[in-house]
Amino acid sequence: MLVSIYRYNPETDQTPYMQDVQVDIPDGKDLMVLDVLGLMKEQDTSLAYRRSCREGVCGSDGLNMNGKNGLACITPLSAVVKNNKLVLRPLPGLPVIRDLVVDMSMFYKQYEKIKPFLINDKPAPAIERLQTPEDREKLDGLYECILCACCSTACPSFWWNPDKFVGPSGLLQAYRFLADSRDTATDQRLADLDDPFSVFRCRGIMNCVSVCPKGLNPTRAIGHIRNMLLQRAT
Amino acid sequence: MVASVTSLGRSGLYDWMVQRVSAVILAAYVLFLLGYFVATPDLTYADWSGLFANTCMKIFTIMALVSLSTHAWVGMWTISTDYLKNGVVRFLFQGFCGGVMFVYFVWGVQILWGL
Repeated sequence: MLVSIYRYNPETDQTPYMQDVQVDIPDGKDLMVLDVLGLMKEQDTSLAYRRSCREGVCGSDGLNMNGKNGLACITPLSAVVKNNKLVLRPLPGLPVIRDLVVDMSMFYKQYEKIKPFLINDKPAPAIERLQTPEDREKLDGLYECILCACCSTACPSFWWNPDKFVGPSGLLQAYRFLADSRDTATDQRLADLDDPFSVFRCRGIMNCVSVCPKGLNPTRAIGHIRNMLLQRAT
Repeated sequence: MVASVTSLGRSGLYDWMVQRVSAVILAAYVLFLLGYFVATPDLTYADWSGLFANTCMKIFTIMALVSLSTHAWVGMWTISTDYLKNGVVRFLFQGFCGGVMFVYFVWGVQILWGL
C-alpha cells in the first residue's frame, strides 16, 4: 500500500513535504492506521508522531487520514484507504512541531478558558456532593470527551479564529459544567460566553460531529448553550 | 469573554437574534412582494404607487430596509473578522460596508417617499 505522509523537521527541512512510502501490509489483516505508522517507524526511525494507549482512550494520536480527522489507533485501514492509497497529515490548523506532531497550546488555552472544573460556592458537605440519577444522566455524551482535538481542528471557525472561538471541544466541556447540578457558577459561565466569538462563531456545519472518534455531538451542546444564553437574556 | 467594539450589539446573542429576526422580516417582505406580482399580472404605475402610498406598506418597507442593513452588517462584519487578519484593512472594509449600507438605507427611504 502507498502511504503519502507529511514530513517536516524544522532542524533540517526548509519547508514541509509529502513523502511517498510503500508499506507491506500483512495479507488478510485489517490493520489500524497506528499499526501502519509503527511499520513505517521501523523503516525510518526519524518519523515523529504521538501515541500512548493505542485503544482510543488517551486521545494522543489524532491525525488527518485521507482528508478526515480521527484517531489512528481505532481507525482501521478498511475505513479510510481508497485506491490502495493513504494520505496522512497532522491535524489541520495547528502549528506543526515535527512531522505529525502539532502544537496544541491554542487548543488547551481555549479549554482552560471555559474553567473545566466544578465551581461551587456552598460549604463542602461532610462526604460528597450528591446528584440524582436524572441529573447525572444529563452529563452523558459530554464527559466522555478525551480532548484529542479532532473536532476543533476540523472546524473552519476554529481555523480562522483559534484565539477567540472556543471551538467544539471546549464548548462541549463548557456545556458539561453548565449542565452539572453541582455547579453554581452557571450565570458567570454564561456571561463569559456571551460575546460575538466564543460561542456564536459556530456556523453549525457539524464537521465536529462527523469526525468525533467518541461519537459525541458538540453541535448539540452548542445549541443548548445558545438556548441557555437566550433564556438568561429574555 | 472576547471584547469587540465593531460588532452590532457587542453581544454574540444580540447579533445572533438580530440576524434571525431580520431574516424572517426579509423573507416575509419578499414573499409578500412575490405574491403581489403574481396577484397583479397587469401591474401599472398607479397600482404600484397606490400600494406604497399605504402607511402599512411604508412601515413594512422601512422594516425591511432596516432588516436588510442590520442583516448585512452582521454578515459582513462576521466575514471580515473571519478572513481579514490585518486590523487596518479590516477596519477600512467594515467602514466601507457600513457606509454603503447607510447610503442604501437613505436612498431606499427617499425612493419610498418619492413613489
